Amino acid sequence: MKRRVLPGLPLSLGITLVYAAIIIVLPLIALVFKAASLGPADYWRIVSSDRAVASYVVTVSCALAATLFNLVFGMALAWVLVRYRFPGRRIVDALVDLPFALPTAVAGISLTTLFAVNGWFGGPLSTLGIKVAYTPLGIMIAMAFTSLPFVVRTVQPVLEELDPALEEAAQTLGGSDLSIFTRVVLPLLTPALLAGVSLSFARSLGEFGAIIFIAGNQPFETEITALLAFIRLEEYDYPASAAIASVMLIAAFVMLAVTNIMQARALRYTVRN
Amino acid sequence: MTKPHSHRRLPRIGDAPIFRRTLLALVLFFVAVIIVAPLTVIGVHAFSKGLPYFAAAIAEPDTRHAIMLTVLTALIAVPINTAFGIAAAWAITKHDFPGRRLLLILIEIPFSVSPIVAGVSYLFVYGLQGLFGPALEAADLKIMFALPGIVLASMFVTAPFVARELIPLMQAQGRDLEEAATSLGASGWRTFLTVTLPNIKWALLYGVVLCNSRVMGEFGAVSVVSGNIRGQTNTLPLHIELLYHDYDAVGSFAAASILATLAIVTLIVKVVLERQGAGRRNRPASLAGNDSLSEVKP
Repeated sequence: MKRRVLPGLPLSLGITLVYAAIIIVLPLIALVFKAASLGPADYWRIVSSDRAVASYVVTVSCALAATLFNLVFGMALAWVLVRYRFPGRRIVDALVDLPFALPTAVAGISLTTLFAVNGWFGGPLSTLGIKVAYTPLGIMIAMAFTSLPFVVRTVQPVLEELDPALEEAAQTLGGSDLSIFTRVVLPLLTPALLAGVSLSFARSLGEFGAIIFIAGNQPFETEITALLAFIRLEEYDYPASAAIASVMLIAAFVMLAVTNIMQARALRYTVRN
Repeated sequence: MTKPHSHRRLPRIGDAPIFRRTLLALVLFFVAVIIVAPLTVIGVHAFSKGLPYFAAAIAEPDTRHAIMLTVLTALIAVPINTAFGIAAAWAITKHDFPGRRLLLILIEIPFSVSPIVAGVSYLFVYGLQGLFGPALEAADLKIMFALPGIVLASMFVTAPFVARELIPLMQAQGRDLEEAATSLGASGWRTFLTVTLPNIKWALLYGVVLCNSRVMGEFGAVSVVSGNIRGQTNTLPLHIELLYHDYDAVGSFAAASILATLAIVTLIVKVVLERQGAGRRNRPASLAGNDSLSEVKP
């Protein structure tokens, strides 16, 4: 047992515990308490209602699509930032964090304006017969925007530290660029990619601000779960709101466990290299 | 364009000119569409009716009130969260106690919880249907649909921001310097102020800047607890929504341009602080989102 030398443990730990208890734990317990007060039958009826299930389907499928896009685009963006030198690279690098810095409501109204039928992108797309705003595609774009930095920022450092000798060795053995990428580089990036993907997916599941502007919010079609919890609240149906919010909380804890496992794996991998 | 790898015997994979140009063009196209365009459209719409109209939209009393409320919220929530972040980092990195790992996970929870869930949860603590609602009502204390609720919800959402910047850094710096200072007779406060603080100042500032940016921009959690009373409990992000639904495009984009400017300033400060050694860039194996968990292992 190490002897405690530094002072300040009671004060700092006390502040930390009290603050965490009041700010973080108490509200979540209150939510669980409220949801539990429903009783199993009512709880199940609310969380398995057609409208709630439809909202899970919309949320999860759009989050999956957005995450898939971010997997490919984030990987490409990280690759370009690390491997290529081009004018404006540092600006692009800084701009990658914009989705985290830009408030979600601001992102929501600007994406909606861009992709509405009279918008810069919505106009040309609608002549091609593609509607984005007020469709699930709009939800995907909002989710992709708000979770864009995750994959880039998890892959980038790993790509930077990648030993060039590995590629050279594969090249001297006659591997093509594609086979070296898929068989040498990609396996090394996989833990970081998975970590980024799980963070991106988790964020998309909980996103609200950016989505509600662009989604159209039609029940059964473009209504996300977070909005349904919000609507139930505005209808003063507090138990229903608590039940739906508790489903999101459970999903968040599952994703927290997944992201932590993924990150721990990614870290172990990087350290070993 | 420079060719940094020209000294190498073999070009690295993906460096074939055709592939390189195609990938670069594709990526930059998507960056323009997904990142640059949303930023540009805010400015274009905010000034679409000219500067005087923009100025009038900003000076509108409800918008001014929303700005003041947002600033006030940040002035309360950010310092409290900063104090919490420093205390948590000091406790976790400078001491050994059982449950450190659990405490780390606890601090990170707000990152994983949807802002809407956070807002709804607070309602069930302080709202009329909540745990303390009736007691607060009896005592005539208003927390929900008022400033305290907005501040509390903002503090929940940003609770991990300062701690997650400090913990990995202070963990890496170890305890030797602090142990030397206290063994020479310095008090705990003096040790913190003269030994620890100079070593963590950039990371601290980095966390504070990100925390502030998120507090001022928070929408979901605040939207549940604020009650959206125009000119009273509307923060700037909520006011943007209100104006947008009023079909006041210039007004909402003018208000949005303030927050967009804040976002750009935040990004610039971030780059500057990263050059000073703060942030993820300087922690090679770290992950952008919530990284302190994987960095600090007992």
